[in-house]
Amino acid sequence: MEQILANGVYLGAQYAMIALGLTLIFALMNVLNFAHGQMYVLGGFVTYTFYGQLGFPFVAGLVMSCVTLFILGALIERFLFAPVIRRSSRDESTMLLAAGLAFFFDAVILLLFGEKQRGVPKIVNGVFNWDFRLIMPYDRILICVLAILSIVSFILFMQYSKTGRALRALAQDRTAAQLMGVNVDRYSMIGFALGAMLAGLVGGLLVTITGVNLGMGGPTSIKAFMMVMIGGAGVISGAIAGGIILGFLEAIGLAVLSQYGDITYLMIFVSLMIFLAIRPQGLMGKPWG
Amino acid sequence: MLKLTSLQWIGLAAFFLGVFVIVPMIIAASGRTDLFFTLTSVGLLAIASAGVWLTFYIGRINIGQGAFALLGAYVSAILVTKAGMSFWLSLPIAGLFAAFVAVLIGLPILRLRGVYFAMITLVLTQVFTLTALALPITNGAKGITSIPLPGELSILGITLIPDFSTLENPRQAFYFTTAVLMFLTYAALYRIVNSRLGHLCRSMQQNEELASSIGVNISYIRILIFAISSFFGGIGGAMFGSIAQSVYPSSFQVADSVNFMLNCFLGGLGYVFGPMLGTLVLYFGWDLLFELGKYQMLVYSSLLIILMLFLPNGLLSLRLPKKGGSGK
Repeated sequence: MEQILANGVYLGAQYAMIALGLTLIFALMNVLNFAHGQMYVLGGFVTYTFYGQLGFPFVAGLVMSCVTLFILGALIERFLFAPVIRRSSRDESTMLLAAGLAFFFDAVILLLFGEKQRGVPKIVNGVFNWDFRLIMPYDRILICVLAILSIVSFILFMQYSKTGRALRALAQDRTAAQLMGVNVDRYSMIGFALGAMLAGLVGGLLVTITGVNLGMGGPTSIKAFMMVMIGGAGVISGAIAGGIILGFLEAIGLAVLSQYGDITYLMIFVSLMIFLAIRPQGLMGKPWG
Repeated sequence: MLKLTSLQWIGLAAFFLGVFVIVPMIIAASGRTDLFFTLTSVGLLAIASAGVWLTFYIGRINIGQGAFALLGAYVSAILVTKAGMSFWLSLPIAGLFAAFVAVLIGLPILRLRGVYFAMITLVLTQVFTLTALALPITNGAKGITSIPLPGELSILGITLIPDFSTLENPRQAFYFTTAVLMFLTYAALYRIVNSRLGHLCRSMQQNEELASSIGVNISYIRILIFAISSFFGGIGGAMFGSIAQSVYPSSFQVADSVNFMLNCFLGGLGYVFGPMLGTLVLYFGWDLLFELGKYQMLVYSSLLIILMLFLPNGLLSLRLPKKGGSGK
């Protein structure tokens, strides 16, 4: 039981970070970022290159992941999403752009890093063992703590900094924010870049445990979509709640249902459908977000 | 009956001539019978894309067509291999079963809108793939293989469709079957769009609350449309399984669902024949880029992005004048 709960916290913390970036981008620009999983993989590969290949310290690798994805996100928003949103007569056109980007990132990753599974040396050795009731490698605990710290600092940033306030205003009402003197174009760019950065940061954190490979992008995006649906799209607290709930469901499902084969996700999906039938906007979402 | 203008009659005649006479003649002359297979695939994907387009027409972004195509393929394959049913009977059953499942799943999820609906349909595709892997009747990852070719179809002793395995070129037969199916699909689509139902769909696309306040039964229409859409998906998938003579859980995946959506976007959401054109361009574009080897994906996705940047309203918007805010 303790083991399942610990696994749930560990999975939930990392899932919540992925969902945070996705929901931030959605709240600001009404863009469903299909390429989110690929950004996560890209972040993982950047850390892999700097920490695993070039021998920099792990923290430097993480910083590089963040910086790379931040710049990449800013460029993508500036030169791709902003013009398409301006020209297109339908919101949904951005989805095609995002899907195209997902394919593009997949191709770039394939060319640069190949399709093999990559891993890096462990950052901390040893396993925490409490009477064989709870077994957890130290590096997992460290990553989990780092993830929770990042989430807390992200919330503080959104709550108290000037940029965070502007971003929240933008998410609430674009026109009103503009009238209040918020530079909408600039903060959309920063918001998208932040969302991409969060994806890169999770990728960098997790490369130490699960490693990274090309095929991880798509399934990660799908999981992120599920979390956002549970919590409600475009709401930060919802993304965190969704991530933690999915993390726990997965941990419990894998422990309880393992003898019935690979049906954990089937069960999660069925319960999600029932849940959405009762509450279509998710736990904390605005109706029709 | 619909009244078509003379221009539309000419277009229809040109379509028939092109598909049933000119293309087979060119293929016969050049001897590249593999093109039959390529064109058949395009036709089938266009049928499934037509369904996606129809859900777009009521203002829903559907990324779950792969799920229903997979379902149709499995239903037809299981009926043919395990129950020994004729393929021609299993084809409509596969479509109807997909429509039935769409009604069951659609009841809860069609209440969602916009991005929520897009996300849950995407998850749906993944779940169908997982289900196909887990259930015993679908034979797991090994899939169902060596499905027999479609048999003879006869009514009162008159052979309507000959047994495919006795033909010297079954690919050509598949091509003609698909062409007929595709024509029927798009004729049905055109009929739906230009009917009372089409008007109701357009009213829902613009504003569901307003539509419902003037007496449109929106929950009935959206389920009906989703069922029709999945019917097309099921038919397309069943046909695909029969041509490949095998079905695997990976036959239709998330990427396929996304591609169905891309076909519609690329062709343009405001035009009935958009998905057909979009499928043709995307499929052949992908094939042509095969020469580039490992850069295929890179160039393909770059082209997609560039296309989106300069023609965000679809390929057909080039020809026709822009309708101001038609999507909103």
